Amino acid sequence: MGRSFSIGIGGAAGQGVATPGDIFAKIFSRRGLHLNAYNAYQSIIRGGHTFLMIRTGPEKISNMGDRLDLLIPLNQDTMDRHLGLLTAGGACLYNSDSIQPGTPAGGVQLCPIPVAKLADISKNKVAQNTLAIGAGLSMMGIGFPALEQVLTEQFRKKEQKVIDENVNLARAGYDYATQNFKPFEWPLPMTEARYAVLSGNTALAMGGAAAGVKFYSAYPMSPSTGVLHWMAEHARKAGIMVRQVEDEIGVINMAIGAAHAGLRAMCATSGGGFALMSEGLGLSAQAEIPIVVIDCQRAGPSTGVPTKTEQGDLWQMLGAAFGDYPRVIAAPLDIGDCFTLIPEIFNIVDRFQCPGIVLCDLLLSEGRLSVDPKELDFNAHIDRGELITSNGAAEHTPYLRYKITESGVSPRAIPGVPDHTHTVSSDEHDEDGVLISDEFTNTVKRRAMMEKRMRKMDGIAASVPPPKLHGPAEADVTLIGWGSTYGVVSEACELLREAGISANHLPIRWLVPLHGDAILDLLKNAKHTIIVENNYSGQFARYLRSETSFVAGGHIRKYDGEPFMPHHIVEAVREQLAGKTKLSVPAHEVMV
Amino acid sequence: MATEVAAPKPMVMADLKGKVDPDWCPGCGDFGVLAAVQKALVELQIAKHDVVTISGIGCSSNFPGFIDTYGMHTLHGRALAVATGMKLANHAMTVLVTGGDGDGFGIGGNHFVHTMRRNVDLCYIVMDNQIYGLTTGQTSPTSRLGMKTKSMPFGSIEAPANPIAIALAAGATFVARGFSADQKHLTELIKRGIEHKGFSFIDVFSPCVTYNHDNTFQWFRPRVRKLEDNPEYDPTDWMAAMEKSTMWGDEIPIGRFFERTDLPSLHGAEPVLNAGPLVHQNNRIPADVAQSFITELM
Repeated sequence: MGRSFSIGIGGAAGQGVATPGDIFAKIFSRRGLHLNAYNAYQSIIRGGHTFLMIRTGPEKISNMGDRLDLLIPLNQDTMDRHLGLLTAGGACLYNSDSIQPGTPAGGVQLCPIPVAKLADISKNKVAQNTLAIGAGLSMMGIGFPALEQVLTEQFRKKEQKVIDENVNLARAGYDYATQNFKPFEWPLPMTEARYAVLSGNTALAMGGAAAGVKFYSAYPMSPSTGVLHWMAEHARKAGIMVRQVEDEIGVINMAIGAAHAGLRAMCATSGGGFALMSEGLGLSAQAEIPIVVIDCQRAGPSTGVPTKTEQGDLWQMLGAAFGDYPRVIAAPLDIGDCFTLIPEIFNIVDRFQCPGIVLCDLLLSEGRLSVDPKELDFNAHIDRGELITSNGAAEHTPYLRYKITESGVSPRAIPGVPDHTHTVSSDEHDEDGVLISDEFTNTVKRRAMMEKRMRKMDGIAASVPPPKLHGPAEADVTLIGWGSTYGVVSEACELLREAGISANHLPIRWLVPLHGDAILDLLKNAKHTIIVENNYSGQFARYLRSETSFVAGGHIRKYDGEPFMPHHIVEAVREQLAGKTKLSVPAHEVMV
Repeated sequence: MATEVAAPKPMVMADLKGKVDPDWCPGCGDFGVLAAVQKALVELQIAKHDVVTISGIGCSSNFPGFIDTYGMHTLHGRALAVATGMKLANHAMTVLVTGGDGDGFGIGGNHFVHTMRRNVDLCYIVMDNQIYGLTTGQTSPTSRLGMKTKSMPFGSIEAPANPIAIALAAGATFVARGFSADQKHLTELIKRGIEHKGFSFIDVFSPCVTYNHDNTFQWFRPRVRKLEDNPEYDPTDWMAAMEKSTMWGDEIPIGRFFERTDLPSLHGAEPVLNAGPLVHQNNRIPADVAQSFITELM
């Protein structure tokens, strides 16, 4: 990864941390810079502490990084908590009327802004924020017009006076910094590229729209609610039926009703809501009605830490609902992949008529990433599988909804088609849908139906690509991760290589089906394997072992609610290669 | 796709016969409800492929298997949620929901209330036998106070739910009660319920001949009184309906308690459906709309 620049903005919830973040993000992406942002916050609407980290640079930024170049504390608490994150060359922009600076590390520039002198603070409560944005951009070597344009857009619904006030305020901050503070050593470059900036939740929702989702149901639950918000806001333009339902049980069953009618139906929740959905997941499998459920994981168990990230739901997904049934589980690797994965998994669940689960997490759902707009492909391939939407030929042999076939897939007629009436059922049933669970219980038929459904897993496995090793074929250490750790592990591998330790990376995207043989083949010559995951018990390590008997040489785990930073992994690899431990649990230094 | 093949001859009762015969106990009240539903569909001449019958789990929830329409036999208590998704996805379909009192008022109570408040255009027929039958005789939400069952062998100490009053309070736009032994009356109620543009709820006394020895056909017969026989009863008067809903004992009202037709159904209020049933709409986002979604992010 090339050079990057990081900004940290902190304050109490309600102080307006998000707006400067959005403004910086817009300016950077329009400058042709990539960015990655992560907001650490708490389950509180006003107060508490919120800390947003935005990292930018000309090359793809895969994670929030390790360090800060610019700190903007909006209150004393933020100054006290985070000044220590700045190293030589960094700067801290703060309101000198209300915030006392701490003692910074050597080479850190303290930049006091006399807010009351530059602004009428009786009129504008967030004056310090706007002044700091202006000042920061001046120090980054970015011309003022970029900010003027974004502010004009930001306040476009307000009267001209409001726009002028904010632009003038930003200019005052910009000019004050030009005169009084030392610019950063690395002026932010400019490229010809232009990026879209989006959260994982927006990407999941847009990916759904691109996949042809016409029905979305949800119950609000952090950190999945952003999917509902995008869907609700864009429903009418996109022609998508969006419903907020009374509970997650209703959510999944409504989706199943819509899916049976012939629509692509999707819903998103977090671990707690998913627990309520699990019986419905079994219905989807048994009645062979395809749906996609997204789980945006947060730190559990129970209500847990609603605003913090974790990869702790893997075994819930593996074991969700009773009985054996075919299912697909995939974990997007980054925010762009949140978009790409949805059409892919819909094609699979439509072809194989089973439930699909997308295992996302707060880090991706609520993080922001710059994505090449070409990656947001609304012409994604759509394969609805064997779907009967009209009765075609006049002659019909009796239609068998659950006809036993070699692939296990039976052509699916949607209600409304003449001459295909049938009943789908959560009870075990015969080929024609008649129950074999009650008076007609029949061991031969039951076995045949189980085998028919489970045969679909063979076709699914053949439709899902095996994972690939990233980096050199041979390396001192092989890091294995799944889902959202992709970005941070990729950077850790680069840092290790720069430090003389060759490292490669096996990221897992498709969890079920898991290509166990392919994974064993990739790992057979690995010198030292370490599994990196954001949970306590090594859920993926245990799963990989159960599927392949593979036992990794070591583990790096984190379950404090915050995501990994690259140095956490680098340092853990070093201590494990030195033989000090087989389990590293890095401490999170950013106190939020 | 409903109109691709013109029906050459009128549908008759035999056309609606399911693939198997009902597995209900001989004498079960549910037979009468099945016959009334089939008769209502025949009288209304709704093509069977344009009907979806959706149920939860329980004796009466085996219903979809005994009638030849499209059917969904879903999860215990969840039929109304599934049916809502079905109706919103394809509002050209006639959606019937069938089930029992345990399924609808017990485990499904949350969906019952919310489906009514949303005025989803479907006809919900509850075969209310005031007992759990398929689990071999436990107290249900409508079991009477003091009733002895396997789960409350010393008599229930819980007051029963009043489904009619709940439906009225939750905003159902059609609320009725039938008696499985009065075929003609029940068939008329079901026809009206299907034709009602909004949520119609029909609570049907459908005695369990095996486990409920209190609320039998013999017990109901002398007690039920048709609201339709009272020329002064006005089914548009919500307060009067509420008052009637509390009557229980020597005289139990059946018939149409309440109906209002001035409220839009859920699918009628949803602009996304202006272009017709969703299932027939294009699932590709138009290029200019897709581009506008991306431009918002830049």
